[in-house]
Amino acid sequence: MKETFIKTEELSFSYQAQTENEKIPAVKNLSVEITSGEYVAILGHNGSGKSTFAKLLNLILEPVSGKLFVDGKERTGELTEAELLELRRSVGMVFQNPDNQLVATLVEEDVAFGPENLGYPREELRTRVDEALATVGMTEYKDYEPHKLSGGQKQRVAIAGVLAMKPRCIIFDESTAMLDPSGRQEVLSTIRRLNREEGITIINITHYMNEAAEADRILVINDGELLLDGTPDEVFSKRDLLLSVGLEVPQSAELVFRLKEAGIDLPTDALSSPEKCAEAIAKAYFAQCKGGRGNG
Amino acid sequence: MDKIRLENVTYRYDVGTPFEQTALEDVTLSIEAGKITGIIGHTGSGKSTMMKLLNGLDSPTEGKVYLDGACINATKKEWLAQGLEDEKYKDLPKNAKKKAILKDYADFHKNLCFRVGLVMQYPEYQLFEETVAKDIAFGPRNMGLSEEEIAKRVKEAAAFTGVSEDLFEKSPFDLSGGQKRRVALSGVIAMRPEVLVLDEPAAGLDPRGRNNVFESIVDYRNKTGSTIVIVSHSMEDMAKYCDRVVVMNHAKVAMVGERKEVFAHVRELAGMGLDIPEITRLAELLLAKGLPLTDAIYTVEEAREALLAVWKGGGDK
Repeated sequence: MKETFIKTEELSFSYQAQTENEKIPAVKNLSVEITSGEYVAILGHNGSGKSTFAKLLNLILEPVSGKLFVDGKERTGELTEAELLELRRSVGMVFQNPDNQLVATLVEEDVAFGPENLGYPREELRTRVDEALATVGMTEYKDYEPHKLSGGQKQRVAIAGVLAMKPRCIIFDESTAMLDPSGRQEVLSTIRRLNREEGITIINITHYMNEAAEADRILVINDGELLLDGTPDEVFSKRDLLLSVGLEVPQSAELVFRLKEAGIDLPTDALSSPEKCAEAIAKAYFAQCKGGRGNG
Repeated sequence: MDKIRLENVTYRYDVGTPFEQTALEDVTLSIEAGKITGIIGHTGSGKSTMMKLLNGLDSPTEGKVYLDGACINATKKEWLAQGLEDEKYKDLPKNAKKKAILKDYADFHKNLCFRVGLVMQYPEYQLFEETVAKDIAFGPRNMGLSEEEIAKRVKEAAAFTGVSEDLFEKSPFDLSGGQKRRVALSGVIAMRPEVLVLDEPAAGLDPRGRNNVFESIVDYRNKTGSTIVIVSHSMEDMAKYCDRVVVMNHAKVAMVGERKEVFAHVRELAGMGLDIPEITRLAELLLAKGLPLTDAIYTVEEAREALLAVWKGGGDK
């Protein structure tokens, strides 16, 4: 019953090389459908085209060919200024470097930057900023100067800035890559909450396998093409394929595969969390103990 | 043997202003020669400040930093006073003695940044030359080496990090993120530093890129015997690649020791805002389920060996 929110049909993009007069294809005929309210992670090695793909979804980059549909409306071809704004408003983006995204001198001014530019009245602006800051848990920092915040806090302010536009979908382009473990956790739990409580569609581009494991669905992009599309359990069951494209599976899953290679019979169809892996290993362990002493 | 030693080092930012902050407080620490030492700690724990003190890029507010026993932050006066006591100069006539000591002082400081190579976070942002080869050659050229030697160093450094010679004439800006990182790392390795200090060398890289970068660092250490210092948040990488670990917490050294000793306190580390490797959490889950695991487990390989060991004996119980 959930409707499709983003749909791409054979979307392609090429970059211009700096030194040579050639085009480097980055995204090749990619067709994907993302449902409203879904939490999708995108994996791929550096240069696989995953960030490029994400930037095509709100037309930060313009596709060379193919079609993009957002919320049922085609967004490729000639767009009016208003249509483009509408798209950017509904599909927001949070980038990697927390220091490159904050523009104002105070946190709340920064959050207000987007809606202010859209010309909302003062009261509406106030409500939006307050709500956005509350959602990311940064209300008490509204009068702070952004540069005094930690990396995780800066990213939460950047998220609030996107939230103040009331988006339907937020794309995180390696937004935790430059953060320390506690900063990463802050951002990840914010993402989780936005998805579960606010129903916002999430697209999280990441290099962390255990981060991808949190999503409902993982897309693996390789050389600009869609290599895998499935639940974390399905995707992490294809360890050798992931290794062959420069990726890996989370440590717990890797252990299960190595034990299997050492001759231990273990299932590999549900390895997306340490808990599931522990379950599988313990079950196999006690099954082999059983022979001698009845119930293990 | 100590390659680098910090003695009672304190570092304060913005001294005398209302923003005064202590980044390092009375830190005494030895970095062992030829070892890979990991420095871990939450953001603001003082680890990046410490890094900048290791090659004299910055000086401590109080205390001393030594490289091979020579004080990096000694003033000319202190250096001279110590030199006059030194056996090394004792046969020289008085005038020549002073000259020799001051010349050594100047040379020491000139060479410091070549001897202790610093690789900052996201070093690829500092690439600037027209070609990959020129970028890697920048350091050796500043050392005043001959063209022949420079070319040799560039090749050698590129081999360490896996930068293909086919890329030498390309613009560094046309490379992928992982390749750029390797070029930037090569630029420092080309100076053949005795100490290589790296801040989050694998941040932002995909899994293969991470492994490649760490493996080139280990390879450089194994082939040259250099001392390596890695600052990182990644407990999984630290567990895999470091010989020794220093844990920084609130401007102080909270723990220091062999990798195993430090990781044995994994719960305390978590209390300091650090991550527990996923494999360690898995081992704890297995233990809770009743599997007879005893050895502390911090890497996938350790987990595999521990499980295979109990598996064989499992049937006899």
